[in-house]
Amino acid sequence: MLNYTLRRLMLLVPLLFFISVMIFGILKLTPGDPAMVLLGNRATKEALELTREKFALNKPVHVQYIKMMTHLFTGELKSIYYRENVIMVVLKKMKPTLELGGAAMVLAILVSIPAGIISAVKRNSFFDYASMTTALFGISIPVFFTGILLIYFFAVKLRLLPASGYGGSMFTVDGMRHLIMPAFVLSFTLMASTTRITRASMLDVIKEDYIRTARAKGVREFTLIMVHAFKNALMPVTTNLGNQIARLFAGAVLTETVFAWPGVGRLAVNAIFRRDEPLVFGCVLILSFIYVVVNLLVDLFYGVINPQIRYE
Amino acid sequence: MVRLKSFYLFMISLILQVGLFPMASREWISYGIFTLMTLGMGLFALAMARNKKRQNTSAMKGSRELMWLRLKKNKTAMVAMGVLIVLSYLTVLAPFITPQSPLDTDWAALSQGISTTHWLGTDDMGRDLFARTLFGIRVAMGIGVTAVVLNTLIGTFLGLVAGYYGGKTDTLIMRLLEVWNAIPFILLAIAIMAALGTGIGKLILIVSLSNLMAFARIIRGSVLTVKEHDYIAAARVIGITDTSIMLRHVLPNCISPILVLASLSIGETILVIAGLSFLGLGIQPPMPSLGGMLANGQQFLHENFLMSLVPGVTILLIVLSFNLFGDGVRDALDSRLND
Repeated sequence: MLNYTLRRLMLLVPLLFFISVMIFGILKLTPGDPAMVLLGNRATKEALELTREKFALNKPVHVQYIKMMTHLFTGELKSIYYRENVIMVVLKKMKPTLELGGAAMVLAILVSIPAGIISAVKRNSFFDYASMTTALFGISIPVFFTGILLIYFFAVKLRLLPASGYGGSMFTVDGMRHLIMPAFVLSFTLMASTTRITRASMLDVIKEDYIRTARAKGVREFTLIMVHAFKNALMPVTTNLGNQIARLFAGAVLTETVFAWPGVGRLAVNAIFRRDEPLVFGCVLILSFIYVVVNLLVDLFYGVINPQIRYE
Repeated sequence: MVRLKSFYLFMISLILQVGLFPMASREWISYGIFTLMTLGMGLFALAMARNKKRQNTSAMKGSRELMWLRLKKNKTAMVAMGVLIVLSYLTVLAPFITPQSPLDTDWAALSQGISTTHWLGTDDMGRDLFARTLFGIRVAMGIGVTAVVLNTLIGTFLGLVAGYYGGKTDTLIMRLLEVWNAIPFILLAIAIMAALGTGIGKLILIVSLSNLMAFARIIRGSVLTVKEHDYIAAARVIGITDTSIMLRHVLPNCISPILVLASLSIGETILVIAGLSFLGLGIQPPMPSLGGMLANGQQFLHENFLMSLVPGVTILLIVLSFNLFGDGVRDALDSRLND
């Protein structure tokens, strides 16, 4: 396992490097004077000259890339709108996003894995049909429409929950009240696909010979499903959860917009409208790094539950 | 006969629509693809119906006919296809159905409910919601299908080249795609929009680059198996060029996974486009888009719930139908499920 972990960690370095090059390349496509882009339209001539010098904008592209990255990490790359170091701006908005994403992920796992198992065990029952229909709607409904429907019923009509905004840490009552709807909305898509995958992979496993053998030996049905079958059905589910993380990111940006949630996703979208190029660069880069690291963790977990992976 | 009549009706409605829906010239890509698609779907449905009659007399059942049969037996998929055909014909025939324009503002009828003049009410600027929704369906389906077609073409090309040549070409293409795939799509879209600005062409470009990895990986996999067959070696021995082998001998044998993946990804692509429009990064106002209409509707939740409900339910209906139809295609083509 240690060997596998080290190998994966080593692969992380070139991957992160190429990602940063790619994002740098995309932003290089911006037409116009890059110094003006970095400082905004109201910059003075002297400031422009200084920036050109500082970011080596009159030097070859690879020098520019190295300068940009060093400035990002030393904190000299500043957001135009917030007039503050890009990394600090992003980190400040990170907590609400992590709370939202984490809550959605936990909720999805808590609901969908039991639902998928029950659907598979009680195949063609009422519960199976109900959960599969809900799941089908879950993958077909836009995240923001679920959000708007919930806001309409729970905030506008019933006045039970606040319509939008952030209520502080999730461990306070107010924070929780604000978190419920966005977290549910974000986890709905995730729940849907996880339930479908869990059901399908449980159905595959239940057909296997070793399950029949175990049943013939007299293993209790509950132990059979939860220990013998579920362990092997878990692998496709984990892979799917890993793949879903990208969708979670996209969903988070939309959910944050619907609920005016002060997170990184909304920060990135607002940065575009404010023409705050350094902040866009920082947001996209930092979020991509996080995404890659989370994916790595999922892969490592995959290695833990499936020994075959470790000895490729 | 039926086919010819529907074709003429369709062409006439098209000509009328160009005049009546004034934005047609500004988004000709999605417009052209959408209209062709509508016609194609109608003909497809008719061909399926005709095929049934012939089926009874013919004893031969090729794999393609078996696929048709399986797809036809799948009632859910057929209903979904019906919904999609009805929606697209509604949109194309919109000028015959409602005299309202999707753009004209009616200051005497702001934010109204359901009435005989405005069937689904009006929005905050007095624009007819029904006409806007019909137009939004056209934009959503047109751009969605265009993007998926481009996505399929590029992904198939990359997978084909990577799998066929192998070695360094393979490594280079797959590694590049891995990096591309390592950046969450929404962030790529944000970066590209920040650099280049918004627009329909850019939107199609971005979305058509979104799902390359899935296509390339699956095509590469099936190319690797097909490549080993003797007839490919034979073709190479008699001196057929690589391009010709790839297009005529390898590609036709990889067509089912491409079809399955393409039909499964339309729904998701439409959701992505609606999402970008909701954020204000996709289709720009005043052109109606279902995502943009929802974003607007959210601001008037207290006053007029229809403004959110109508576009939301429409997106749900389109995506649900595409997903159900895609599931049907998968079940019909995937021989592993039918043994």
